[in-house]
Amino acid sequence: MTKQKVVLIGNGMAGVRCIEEIIKTSPDQFDITIIGSEPHPNYNRILLSKVLQGDTSISDITLNELDWYAENNITLHKGETATKVDTKKQTVTTDKQQTIPYDHLIFATGSMPFMLPLPGADKDGVMGFRDIKDCDTLIHYAKTKKKAVVIGGGILGLEAARGLLNLDMDVTVVHNEPYLMNRQLDPEAGKLLKKKLEEQGMKIMVHTLTQELTGKKHVSGLKFVDGSFLEADLVIMAVGIKPQVQLARDSGLSVNNGIVVDDYMRASAPNVYALGECTEHRKTVYGLVAPLYDQGKVLAKTVCGVDTKPYEGSVLSTNLKVSGVSVFSTGTIVESDTSKSLMAFDDWKGTYKKVLSENGRVTGAVLFGDTSESTLLTSMINKKANIEDYLAMQQSDAPAVSVTASMSAEDIICGCNGVTKGTICSAIKEQGLASVEEVKACTSASRSCGGCANLVADLLQETLGDSFDASNQVKPLCSCTTMSRDEIVDAIREQELTTTRSVMNVLDWKTEEGCSKCRPALNYYINMAHPTNSQDEKESKYVNERLHANIQKDGTFSVVPRMYGGVTNADQLRKIADVADKYEVKLLKVTGGQRIDMFGLKKDDLPSVWEDLDMPSGYAYGKTLRTVKTCVGADFCRFGTQDSIGLGVELEKRFERVSTPHKVKMAVSACPRNCAESGIKDVGIVGVDGGWEIYVGGNGGTHLRAADLLVKVKSEQEVLQITGAYFQYYRETAEYLERTAPWVERLGLDHIRDVVTDPEQSVALIARLDVALAATVEPWKQVISDAQIRKELYEVAAPALTK
Amino acid sequence: MAITKQRIKVAELSDLPVKMGKTVVIGENELALFRLSDGSVKAIENRCPHKAGVLAEGMVSGDHVFCPMHDWKISLKDGLVQEPDVGCVKTFEVEVEGELVYVLVGEEEAERGVTNGVC
Repeated sequence: MTKQKVVLIGNGMAGVRCIEEIIKTSPDQFDITIIGSEPHPNYNRILLSKVLQGDTSISDITLNELDWYAENNITLHKGETATKVDTKKQTVTTDKQQTIPYDHLIFATGSMPFMLPLPGADKDGVMGFRDIKDCDTLIHYAKTKKKAVVIGGGILGLEAARGLLNLDMDVTVVHNEPYLMNRQLDPEAGKLLKKKLEEQGMKIMVHTLTQELTGKKHVSGLKFVDGSFLEADLVIMAVGIKPQVQLARDSGLSVNNGIVVDDYMRASAPNVYALGECTEHRKTVYGLVAPLYDQGKVLAKTVCGVDTKPYEGSVLSTNLKVSGVSVFSTGTIVESDTSKSLMAFDDWKGTYKKVLSENGRVTGAVLFGDTSESTLLTSMINKKANIEDYLAMQQSDAPAVSVTASMSAEDIICGCNGVTKGTICSAIKEQGLASVEEVKACTSASRSCGGCANLVADLLQETLGDSFDASNQVKPLCSCTTMSRDEIVDAIREQELTTTRSVMNVLDWKTEEGCSKCRPALNYYINMAHPTNSQDEKESKYVNERLHANIQKDGTFSVVPRMYGGVTNADQLRKIADVADKYEVKLLKVTGGQRIDMFGLKKDDLPSVWEDLDMPSGYAYGKTLRTVKTCVGADFCRFGTQDSIGLGVELEKRFERVSTPHKVKMAVSACPRNCAESGIKDVGIVGVDGGWEIYVGGNGGTHLRAADLLVKVKSEQEVLQITGAYFQYYRETAEYLERTAPWVERLGLDHIRDVVTDPEQSVALIARLDVALAATVEPWKQVISDAQIRKELYEVAAPALTK
Repeated sequence: MAITKQRIKVAELSDLPVKMGKTVVIGENELALFRLSDGSVKAIENRCPHKAGVLAEGMVSGDHVFCPMHDWKISLKDGLVQEPDVGCVKTFEVEVEGELVYVLVGEEEAERGVTNGVC
């Protein structure tokens, strides 16, 4: 028996989602063919604005890779357009002269941006924002054009505007209504949104009607109805969508605003169906993603001949995907004579909430600033819940009931990727997931706009109970961002971000140029991740590390030359003495790290001090290896069994200069008497009969911590190897400014031991460390030999006063 | 009585690295000169009102500088210390002409130096 043929016109989110449902409902029952005009497999169109905003990449928003089509025996004609449908013969013809017979035909042709028919709308630089091609064009334009105007202050317009801001354009949003997102928000929330976006640098004109677009070939500006003018070299129209219905109309289907369908998604010809943005159901055309999933489920069951509940329309919910702005609306948001509304406005926190009810049932809500109740309210509206229940929840002193607890397995948690509560909970159980990040990686929930991350955390709590550690969850790097260290480092690696500026642009920093917390941290992470193709940014370093000297309270500096292993000689001491005389050093002090500190030097003397010293920097200011303290060891000591000085010098020469999350202090003692204090160092080595013990995570500072025994080894060679792997593992996994003591406690000693003693991992770690080490230079020498650095960083201008 | 001001050439634009400070000594005054990413140049007294930290060595973000001593955040536009800390730093007028950067200093100040905390 031959299989029935299903043909889908439109390779977009709605159609492919429906095909997924068909395959799930009746595997292998159909021969499936998909015809799509775009040259790509199915991707998540609603996230294009996030691509434009730089939060994600095209490859990341692909929903179905080409492999998926192959694995499911789907014939995909991409880059091909259906041109004719014969509903009598049941065939579809394409622009490549193919005629494809069907038993079931699904229209999912989507929509096009509605372009206002203004004079001048046909000029270059005037466009919509709908597909990957538009996205690429905009990114390309942003390289040369500076002034962008977005016509339309709805969701798409604002998301596009934010993307253009991130591309460093000057952006104005022109909106014809009195307030932004007027179809989804009430005036209050609209005003708050305007204020918030203006804080982000967006210019916004409401109540403004465009009359004409000016320019010769390329657009040069907008003339408004009130006679005023605004310059622009890029204009985006985001005023609405126009369902793509021409083909359906030509095929004799009943078409109104969209292709007219019944409650089972059937169009007016036999075996022809439609869904998504090209479709009109009960006089409504939906332009959002959730209804299309609902429609897809019903249509799939209809095609498969399985009993299904009819589709009766969807309650619309809106989430604006602009970082740093939380806006949500659902259901009915406009008051009527019979509705009652509950409002809460907290100017202090910048939050606003309105919940509407009709005959005692929750019918709609607008949330601004705090959208944590969005899922609860959506599910209450869907269930036609009693407003009293909601009020009771608000007023109870009992801990808030988890929103997710009252949801059923079919309820969608992640609207962007259509992930249900059931999918997430089974993934948590079956795959042993324990963090939001893991759920994201495994199910895609919260991968897109991130709005449901707190719900995912609730589900983890619900599923794992007390074993779920909420404190182990995402902690933002600083107040300029909501992202955690790990998310940021992943992005730096994956998106090849090599400057702090690009990190801030791509990851939607809340501040233009960061702060004194994130800038040095980002600079460290970037150099750690890209040791050979990133620049160490001087302007993102703390003064001591920028100038390679320690600033003192009076603005002078102190200088500490390297003395490997705390060993010096008469020549070095003579040089230090001469320099101290010549530059009038105020204090010479022997440090705890077994070297000499010279205090009271002037900034503009530093380069010549270093030249006269002719010794390498001891990095007494650095987040790097500081000293390797040693005891005198086997050469002279009556007890010392090992050559501690020799090993100490070797360690210091091997690991010096490379950046680490925080300072690293080492020590080598030749015997368990531990004269070099190996027990309170980041790495402490202790000589024993026939080998060495390596201790880690010790600290002799504010939070005293005794080091733990990591391993015992036989040779110096092994000490260098284990220390190297440990050193690099700390570099790659610690948070900036996290010393090894808390780091060892956070990761666990056993875990670290497993990593650094694993032959494969340790070799790889050392190889990466070697790349970073090879890229370092001796900083004092560099200053001496580079006039530009001396001029920019060390010179003090002292212009004469004219009398 | 109008204060007469001296216009003093303090640097060439190319000597000023973007987002970093430069120390300038004028008579008894020590100034911190900053070239911001938007191209503008600002000058303030090189002394944090908290514990006299050297502001020229601070980290610059937008039009603010973070004092390297205790991380106080100071506006380079008006010299105001940002919350939660309080205080202010004296600002000096800057004029950029082509490549040359000038600072305007009152006659009195030039000779005697400003008093910290007066701004």
